[in-house]
Amino acid sequence: MTLFIEQCLNGLQFGLLLFLLAAGLTLVFGIMDLVNLAHGSLYMIGAYFAATFAAWTGSFVLGAVLALVATLVVGMAVEVIAMRRLYGRDHLDHVLGTFGLILFFDEAVRLIWGPAGMSLSLPPWLNRSVEILPGFEYSAYRLAIIVVTLAVAAFLYVLVMRTRVGMLIRAGASNREMVGALGVNIQLLYTLVFGLGAALAGLAGLMQAPILTVQIGMGENILILAFVITVIGGIGSVRGALVAALLVGFIDTLGRSYLPDILHVVLSPAAASTLAPALSSMLIYMLMAVVLVFKPEGLFPAGQK
Amino acid sequence: MPALTLRNVVVGALLIALVLLPVYAHFAQDRFMLTLFTRILILGMAAVSLNLILGFGGMMSFGHAAYLGIGGYAVGMLAHEHIYSGFVQWPVAIGASALFALVIGALSLRTRGVYFIMITLAFAQMAYYVVSGIARYGGDDGLTIYKRSQFAAPIDLSNKTQFYYVCLVLLYASIYLVWRLINSRFGMALQGVRSNELRMRAIGFPTYRYRLTAFVISGTLCGLAGALIANHTDFVSPSMMYWTRSGDLIIMVVLGGMGSPVGPLIGAVALLLLEETLSSITEYWQIILGPMLLVVVLFARGGIDGLLTKLSDKMRPKVGP
Repeated sequence: MTLFIEQCLNGLQFGLLLFLLAAGLTLVFGIMDLVNLAHGSLYMIGAYFAATFAAWTGSFVLGAVLALVATLVVGMAVEVIAMRRLYGRDHLDHVLGTFGLILFFDEAVRLIWGPAGMSLSLPPWLNRSVEILPGFEYSAYRLAIIVVTLAVAAFLYVLVMRTRVGMLIRAGASNREMVGALGVNIQLLYTLVFGLGAALAGLAGLMQAPILTVQIGMGENILILAFVITVIGGIGSVRGALVAALLVGFIDTLGRSYLPDILHVVLSPAAASTLAPALSSMLIYMLMAVVLVFKPEGLFPAGQK
Repeated sequence: MPALTLRNVVVGALLIALVLLPVYAHFAQDRFMLTLFTRILILGMAAVSLNLILGFGGMMSFGHAAYLGIGGYAVGMLAHEHIYSGFVQWPVAIGASALFALVIGALSLRTRGVYFIMITLAFAQMAYYVVSGIARYGGDDGLTIYKRSQFAAPIDLSNKTQFYYVCLVLLYASIYLVWRLINSRFGMALQGVRSNELRMRAIGFPTYRYRLTAFVISGTLCGLAGALIANHTDFVSPSMMYWTRSGDLIIMVVLGGMGSPVGPLIGAVALLLLEETLSSITEYWQIILGPMLLVVVLFARGGIDGLLTKLSDKMRPKVGP
């Protein structure tokens, strides 16, 4: 039973982390109509920055904050230098252009930090377990991730739905020219939104860094998951991204831990152990296929065009 | 007889040069060149197949590497089970990739635009993870193929020159097939769907079926290229179907030019030669290639073929009123 609760919490934590990535992706798509493959690169850069800054300053939190700011700056620079020229073009152009950016970022990271991975160690106050239920302990760090991502989700909601900037962002999404004609600096607004998306990706990267190793290409696998989530949730919908991210997080985590046991009941041990790894990695894609059969536009289709 | 424009002369020269390349490699004792160009031919064939749906069908598949992998693994797995006959291996490769394309296409084609890009990408990654998870066939580490596909007496794929010509014939055949297809009624309808699907449906074309058929043909051709690549490298691994490979194929198509069946071949030659040149200059060659791609996207949309065509038009003497 405690194992089940722990796996559920792991699923929640993973899902929320995926939400950070997917939210940035879906925000940029919903508002700028831009497909950004390089989103995973920003995730990777966030992790590398965090590892570096934490080593410099000697403090995990300070390093994380600095990394967040640095990723935001990198994101805004990328928008000004490259992305700005891609708005209003074909999606094929977006895919190719941002694919070029991935190559650039991967190689730049190899050039700066070297081909070997890095690790980011946790401070003692996070690197322990806390008793959240009587007799049930859970990693303090994973718990911290859950708290931080929930706070960020709430912040995003307030920012987009309840503030003036959020109002402009939503207005810009539905009619760019009109908002510009009303005297709003739409270019700056887009730069800010892209930077925000980058910072979200960077946050996901730096929070994942102590759990996994920081390495080149770490953003690419998780980027695909983020894509699956945006497709399931409906592209452009932040709410859909949250629901889909939690779904994917739970199904992936629980599938990986329980599918082998379930298969052992039904199949011979040999067949089960061959089939289980392949099948559990297929689960979320099957979920996506099922959602698409019934709702080709995703669970929460964004109400535009 | 095509007109004698600059573009046609260059394309013709390329096609003839590829036929004569082994002769040069033989006299120059340059075995590496033969290997490199065999690779170019095979990936060129994959790009040609992608162009059928990307360039002419307007379907932006980001999962084409999956068919390379499926075709390759069909050969690899059968060889692992000691079935070496090419008459078994290749039809299985073709059939498996056609089946995969049918299932993926039937699901993906329900969607449009970005959804389609992401879904094809996700399904290809699914195939990647599934293959990585099968321990019997090497899992992550891949599978070494000890014997190439075996055909009847005169054909011996272990002979590098023969293998080059097999690839060349199949490549030219697929270019011809695509060319015939796009000029047929089927191809016209497909291009009509690309331009305006609603209108095509209104005049009574079952657009979904047309798109799906093109999708399956494209996947099948790419699967055959996968069978070739397995024979070329004598090795298959999940990395041959990693999503960056799909990206490479798209780059070849766009770099070469989506407007013609030969364009992707030009792109494959250009991209792989560029990679070779850059990587001989610096270890960090991708740092140059990445921004270069961005520049091509921003300023040279028609690709190399488009550029050549534009140049030819400029050179043509002005006739007229």
